[in-house]
Amino acid sequence: MTPRKDLLDIQSLTDEELDFILTNAVPFKNLFKRSVKKVPTLRGRTVLTLFYEPSTRTRSSFEVAASRLSADVVNFSVSTSSVVKGESVLDTISTLEAMRTDYVVVRHSNSGIPNLIAKNTTASVINAGDGFHAHPTQALLDVFTLKEVFGGDVRGARIAFIGDIQHSRVARSTNLLCRRMGMHTAMLAPSSLIPRDLPQDIAVFGSWAELYAWKPDVIYLLRVQMERQNVPFFPSLGEYHRQFGMTDDRLARVRDAGVWVMHPGPVNRGVELTDNVMTYERCLIDQQVENGIAVRMSVLYWLKPGSATEEAVV
Amino acid sequence: MPDKEPILTKQDIAQRIERIASAIEEKKPGKNLALVGIHRRGVPLSERVYALLKPKLPDLRIGRVDISLYRDDLKSLEIMPKLVGSDIPFDLDGMHVILFDEVMHTGRTSRAALEELLDHGRPGKIELAVLIDRGGRELPMCADYVGQGVEVADGQRVSVRFEEVDGEDAVYVTEGGRR
Repeated sequence: MTPRKDLLDIQSLTDEELDFILTNAVPFKNLFKRSVKKVPTLRGRTVLTLFYEPSTRTRSSFEVAASRLSADVVNFSVSTSSVVKGESVLDTISTLEAMRTDYVVVRHSNSGIPNLIAKNTTASVINAGDGFHAHPTQALLDVFTLKEVFGGDVRGARIAFIGDIQHSRVARSTNLLCRRMGMHTAMLAPSSLIPRDLPQDIAVFGSWAELYAWKPDVIYLLRVQMERQNVPFFPSLGEYHRQFGMTDDRLARVRDAGVWVMHPGPVNRGVELTDNVMTYERCLIDQQVENGIAVRMSVLYWLKPGSATEEAVV
Repeated sequence: MPDKEPILTKQDIAQRIERIASAIEEKKPGKNLALVGIHRRGVPLSERVYALLKPKLPDLRIGRVDISLYRDDLKSLEIMPKLVGSDIPFDLDGMHVILFDEVMHTGRTSRAALEELLDHGRPGKIELAVLIDRGGRELPMCADYVGQGVEVADGQRVSVRFEEVDGEDAVYVTEGGRR
């Protein structure tokens, strides 16, 4: 597989590249069973995490992935208050060029910032979430987890995303990849949180009753992103939980039907789900976290700094 | 495959493998012996030796290492190798391990395999067995069991083909760089 410089979104990945990343994640995950969980693959390379938004989980996942490949990891702390976009981001790029960084993991509240950085650096850029646009490694780890659950082939399986779809780059990227892998997808959300630009053939529901009738195999609970909602999209968190959350009653029904449950984390307990969901035998949240490290190792292994191609720089 | 005749035929290869198996048996290894093939063609080589020795050494174990993540030339590769992964289905601590590779040349593959093996555990002893030793070391490594020594020029390539991987058993010397 010819490596690429950047991973900015799911759309630009070819089928061959997708297969390469997902297939290689299996031996990377197997490394976790060894006494020495580290391999020397990226020895002497530097991975810089450049997060303009707080995210302990994703940042840690990339850090662990990079460390297990023996790369040096540097956290570049960015004061969100001093950064709007554009010029200051380019200043940061100059700094990281001077530091001779090999990989940059970027998260930013504005869509397109990882692309801007990728165009202006020889380092490999990985989009760790930008605006409402994309979160490709989350989509890859979600599909990797689904492939584990469904014995390698997810075609025909039914997955429903529940919650704040409008503000969710996770829903956007994971939904896109699930559909590409041949899954049927549906949405359940308050009407104020359903994007207007959804493809016509995605089922959109307003109640759990409609969702049950659709017979999902997987339910993907999205995090309610309070920090992104400048205006209220539903009356209260309690109301959201009653209407759209996974309550104990709904968990009982989901358990009877053997439905798998996913969540990108961090969980707002009592909002998206109750505590009992966390101990549900088909809750995949911990598996998603573990797989996130393996998939990110696979991405770092595949990318190659300084190997920009026309397709890679979007 | 090349038009030219192989330097080793199927029969020659079988004979060399029997010789390696006999040499291992002669050393009267203990109960803790394991054969580990280096992916890719070290694996069928180890499996064939295993098939010969297993009836005589019932406790013999077998495994595989994929050294892709331990290569020292990954930065320069244009095509990244797809990973198969290693499979060591036994506790390595204290084991007598024999690593198998089809050709020994610079010694870099053996170094990578050694490093990987030591990350899986702490074997009591490690030896190396190769079907072909073509010389040309760049690292201070040597094999304990050699099927055949072959002298070839720098620009030539020794290509070992196994039925399990390539559909035939043969060893060729061809023009065109390292193996």
